[in-house]
Amino acid sequence: MNSSFRILIKSPKFMFGACMLLAMIGMVLIYPLFNRNDPLEMIALAYQPPDSKLLLGSDNFGRDLFLELIYGIRTSLQVGLIAGVFATVIGLVIGLASGYIGGIIDNLLTAITNIFIVIPSFVILILISVSIDSRSSFVTAVIIGITSWPWTARAVRAQTSSLRNRDHVNIAKISGYSTPRIIVSEILPYIASYVVMAFVLQTASGILSEASISMLGLGPYNTISLGIIMNWALVFEAPVAGAWWAFIPAAISIAIITFSLYMMNTGMDEIFNPKIRS
Amino acid sequence: MSVYGKYIVKKFFWYFLTLVIAVTLNFLLPRMIEGNPVSMIVSEMTQGMTDSDTIKRVYETFLVEFGIDKPLWEQFFIYLKNLATGNLGTSFGLYPKPVTEILASAVPWTIGLQLPAILVGWIIGNVLGAVAAYRKGVFDKVIFPVALFVNSIPFFTLAIIMLYVFALSLNWFPLHGGYDYQMVPTLSFEFFASVLRHHTLPFLSIVLVTIGGQAIGMREMSIYELNSDYVLYSKLLGIRDSKIAKYVFRNAMLPQITGLALSIGTMVGGSLICEIVFSYPGIGTWMFTAIRQLDYPLISGCTLLIALAVLLANFTIDLIYGWIDPRIKAAQMEDQ
Repeated sequence: MNSSFRILIKSPKFMFGACMLLAMIGMVLIYPLFNRNDPLEMIALAYQPPDSKLLLGSDNFGRDLFLELIYGIRTSLQVGLIAGVFATVIGLVIGLASGYIGGIIDNLLTAITNIFIVIPSFVILILISVSIDSRSSFVTAVIIGITSWPWTARAVRAQTSSLRNRDHVNIAKISGYSTPRIIVSEILPYIASYVVMAFVLQTASGILSEASISMLGLGPYNTISLGIIMNWALVFEAPVAGAWWAFIPAAISIAIITFSLYMMNTGMDEIFNPKIRS
Repeated sequence: MSVYGKYIVKKFFWYFLTLVIAVTLNFLLPRMIEGNPVSMIVSEMTQGMTDSDTIKRVYETFLVEFGIDKPLWEQFFIYLKNLATGNLGTSFGLYPKPVTEILASAVPWTIGLQLPAILVGWIIGNVLGAVAAYRKGVFDKVIFPVALFVNSIPFFTLAIIMLYVFALSLNWFPLHGGYDYQMVPTLSFEFFASVLRHHTLPFLSIVLVTIGGQAIGMREMSIYELNSDYVLYSKLLGIRDSKIAKYVFRNAMLPQITGLALSIGTMVGGSLICEIVFSYPGIGTWMFTAIRQLDYPLISGCTLLIALAVLLANFTIDLIYGWIDPRIKAAQMEDQ
């Protein structure tokens, strides 16, 4: 693990993505310490353009958009991470179970996975969000997590079932290792790099899903996320008012976060799969 | 039965099962809303209505449609029966317009926007990705990061930026809608031109994002194929480069077709949100309106239609795939 970390540091793509992400996280953590105002406080007129006092101007309610943006990035990152954890864990458990146990359980779980890959998760996301009355950002994150596991499950299953019949696994079986121990010590190390990469991608897609669902007006309540900022901008017709500062910074923030995550993923991919290095 | 026929039957069975599950979810999830949805919704939508007769009529319409007084399994059969007869209920927001009528007016716009956009984006993306992998050098160094960046921009973000730059600042294209307001849809040249002008921006924003994702996938697949032994062998045999490129392209293409099948759900979802940005009169915009008005029948009609369209697209791609991938035929032959 230590040596692969050392290799990762040498990958320019990975480091570029990681630095960008860390800079973003740092800004989000530090800025609220200096500016202790409530992001929902109305302090200016509607759609005031950016100036030296309001870095990104104000929104339709006269709120400081830069402060809103900072809090929005924080919520979006949180939602993405929680959704990523849920999706990866569910996908990992289902993938390992169906790949390692095999037989009828494998058939059943594979069928379920394939079905949920085809039914658009976007649709299930909307249906669940519409049905739940009080959505906190945590609930939204969990919903996104439980609708986006099939990809991970399918890939983990494929890897596990090819590992299952290798010699070292058979030796562990003959030696009387328990199933959980075999999975932890003989299977997981081989798919660890893949799982980490899947987690990074799931986090990125979690952030995108949150933004999409919030744009539709089904986002978490009582909080600010990047999607919610854009939903407000659209509902209150910021584009028509010419208030680019109400939606462009939020849009670009999402693009930068997902871009840095994709960069990290590509960097890792090139290190763990030497075959795709050009 | 022919080998291919068997493949079709098998696929059809799976898609049918998936459809059943999608329909069940579509039925079950909105009914998780606590309390009596009908009285809740009716009280919300009749706010401000004073005529008690109208309120009663509205209430009764939805009571019958939902069959709320019956057990859940019976409600499900009512739902299925209605579906089979093409009845998706009555819209709350546009009462008493049936949901099917609203959807029917929106479908041509959505298909006209998304089908060409996704196909064009997919084709251009694949060509660019293959060229980037093959040419390497400066071309790859430029295309790859740009594609990666474009791919990480959400559909709607690019849409919003394009809306601002090209429609608002430069005034090249109209701000919203599918055609000019003062026009009546006819088969005239002016109407067609107006539709085309409104079509351009949403179309381009979907195409650009699709190109990004597809180019990355194709580049990766092509590099993988270019590094494989058969390419080296063919080179040593002295086969022309253009011929080898053809082999590589064909091999890298197959996973891209599967990729299209699997990502079409996400693409459709993203494009629907693009529609909202441009207030394009398709399914996405209607869903946006429906969610704001808590118009449950219309929301669930939209989600059902989207699920159905995605399943259909997947099924079609699977059929094409089975036809062009020789390995599938071989696998079926072995089974026999």
